[in-house]
Amino acid sequence: MNGAQNNLIKKGYQWLDDRLHINSLVEYMSSKAVPQHSHSIFYYLGGITLFLFIVQVITGILLLMYYRPGADSAYESVKFIVSEVSFGWLIRAIHSWSANLMVLAAFLHMFTVFFTRAYRKPREMTWYTGMGLLALSMTFGFSGYLLPWNELAFFATRVGTGMAGAMPVIGDYLMVIMRGGEEVTGATIGRFFGLHVAILPLLTTGLLTLHMIFIQRQGMSEPMNWAGKKQEDKKYMKFFPNFIYRDALVWLVALNILALLAVIFPDGIGVVHWPLGIKADPFAAPPAVIRPEWYFMFAFQALKMLPAHIWFLEGELFGIIVFGLGGLIWMLIPLLDRRANENKRSPMIMAFGTFVVLFMVVMTIVGYLVE
Amino acid sequence: MIKFILIFIGLLLFSINGFGSDNNCMSCHLDLEDEGGSASKFAKDIHSQKGLGCADCHGGDPTLDDMDDVRDSKGFRGVPNHLEVPDFCARCHSDAAYMHDHNPSMPVDQLAKYKTSIHGQRLFSAKDKKVANCVSCHSVHEIGDGQMPYSSTHPSNLPATCAKCHSDKDYMTEYKIPTDQFEKYSSSVHGLALLERGDLGAPACNDCHGNHGAAPPGVSSLAAVCGVCHALEAELFEKSPHADAFLENDFPMCETCHSNHAIFKLSDNMIGTTESALCTECHAADDGTIGLPTADSILTSLNNLVMAHLDAKQSLDEAILKGMMTTNEEFLLKEVDQSLIQARTLIHSFNMDSVAPKAMEGIAKADTVMVNSAGLIDEYYFRRKGLAVASLVITFLAFMLYRKIRKIEQK
Repeated sequence: MNGAQNNLIKKGYQWLDDRLHINSLVEYMSSKAVPQHSHSIFYYLGGITLFLFIVQVITGILLLMYYRPGADSAYESVKFIVSEVSFGWLIRAIHSWSANLMVLAAFLHMFTVFFTRAYRKPREMTWYTGMGLLALSMTFGFSGYLLPWNELAFFATRVGTGMAGAMPVIGDYLMVIMRGGEEVTGATIGRFFGLHVAILPLLTTGLLTLHMIFIQRQGMSEPMNWAGKKQEDKKYMKFFPNFIYRDALVWLVALNILALLAVIFPDGIGVVHWPLGIKADPFAAPPAVIRPEWYFMFAFQALKMLPAHIWFLEGELFGIIVFGLGGLIWMLIPLLDRRANENKRSPMIMAFGTFVVLFMVVMTIVGYLVE
Repeated sequence: MIKFILIFIGLLLFSINGFGSDNNCMSCHLDLEDEGGSASKFAKDIHSQKGLGCADCHGGDPTLDDMDDVRDSKGFRGVPNHLEVPDFCARCHSDAAYMHDHNPSMPVDQLAKYKTSIHGQRLFSAKDKKVANCVSCHSVHEIGDGQMPYSSTHPSNLPATCAKCHSDKDYMTEYKIPTDQFEKYSSSVHGLALLERGDLGAPACNDCHGNHGAAPPGVSSLAAVCGVCHALEAELFEKSPHADAFLENDFPMCETCHSNHAIFKLSDNMIGTTESALCTECHAADDGTIGLPTADSILTSLNNLVMAHLDAKQSLDEAILKGMMTTNEEFLLKEVDQSLIQARTLIHSFNMDSVAPKAMEGIAKADTVMVNSAGLIDEYYFRRKGLAVASLVITFLAFMLYRKIRKIEQK
């Protein structure tokens, strides 16, 4: 870069700084510090999730230019996108890969926060907003799954919304609201589409903004075992530029992996796949194997394994109640784990977390092994 | 209480002994060994299932205990002999009013048709006791609706039912007709479809010969018989130059090329002038007709279409294997399949002007599939190259960023 170019960049920066006071923002970020320790790598998981969300927004907007919701047009428009639109196949492949990887990154992010107990005071609100974002991500996945209106999506949505219908008291109403009627029809696509491209992005943007503000205000959580350490024994790096540059490097690696996966496996691979297949036909026999997306598999399999009746309740209803209570307990962990605020070990909480992880992993594996 | 129990036991004994029963026939006939347990099969019989009893066919008073009394009772008809069976069954089956009450959709012309059949003619005119009557095919007391899988007249059982007599060389000696029909049929395309694949749409004996009016199709009516299913082929043949020539020479229409019971799997090489071609059996190069040149041209057209189809499929398979979106091309290849089927059907016109355009249409579609598939394969490699370039750029940026980080952190 020659001197004239340098001069031009400096002038441009100065012009912006005069109007937006960028220097003060840079100074603020430079003053922030990120703890450096053996688990520092976990700090990048939130950033990866954010990066994949940004990819989702961009590719989603591009897909939106050609996608047409409706029972007579959804499948045809997706087929048009992947077969006729220039790089349409790539955009759909990136959108689908990114969606799955985003949910995976969000789960990993949540579990690392859980096991490092980073939810403790003063970061309870960050945990709650994070849980909300994970729930929104999964709803994104569920609503997006139906949009191509192919055979697999249709029957999986019918099973999924049917399970929601088993919820106590509000189940039937919820199912009808979700489906836009008694059955999964073109009206369901309209609802899921509206949810996927308007309601969920709006809620996610709001919640994500809050989540980011909390992180910026509170900084990264320090490990529990730093509590008794002297300040000089603690190691930090500057948030800007060091951590930001490292984050950018991780994003580039993620982008490279995403590109590789999308080009080599445009329809996914193994249990994570989304071939367009044949158009949904409500009057056709359901396929032999109906599976939800992988991140719902543990719940799907567990509900399937329950007996028809448990005590006086239907098995499915019992399962939904247990999952609901489990989710609530998980969400309220910052309130329940009072020992974390005193930097004390919480064996019960750790055992609960370990059980949840094992349960999810085992049930998911069983779900894919059992036809 | 004891009184009540005694009355109950008494009633139970009465019912076991059939005392006072509406149908006492079974209490004796079930034990008669010389009847071969025939009566015991009646529970499965369609007549029994429709609520009819022994007396409805055999007459007499079924409430009587003693066999002699039954024989002397009013309306007793007993067991008909072989020659009497058709009229015995027709008492009900030719009575439209009676049949309407039991099975309104069932025809009532079986006896009339039977009288026109070879079986019926020999039974009634020659008093031939060996020809088939109703029970020969339908059984005696195990008569089933033709839709019931156990029925002897169910499509999948019918060839074996006919073969009971028609494959028995000793039994058929005096009639001087072949006895290898079932053997040939079993290995034919029709037989394999029906008997091995269970395709009930495939013809059994009765679909060509008729059932109650069974008779071999004549030379002139053969095309009409086959044309019931193979309508297009029959129509094309009727308009072809072969139709009159076959009639003049007394050649059975479809059978001359395709045989009758042993209809084999078709091959394009049946037409043309090669060793396996059938055309040369009648035509010669110097017979003064355009028969063999036309046959050669038709074969060339078909072969070109088959080759084009094969090439297109190979190309498409490669594109599919590479994971490309090939729905449109797969659909187009099905149209090529369709053209091939249509071109093969058009052979029956024996006219090159009919076959060639259809073959050309198929070849043009196959070419489109090939070109599109080749394009998709090119696209596959373009994507791989694009990925390599993009990946290199990203990797380079990542490397530069890594160096920058190192530089900052070394300060």
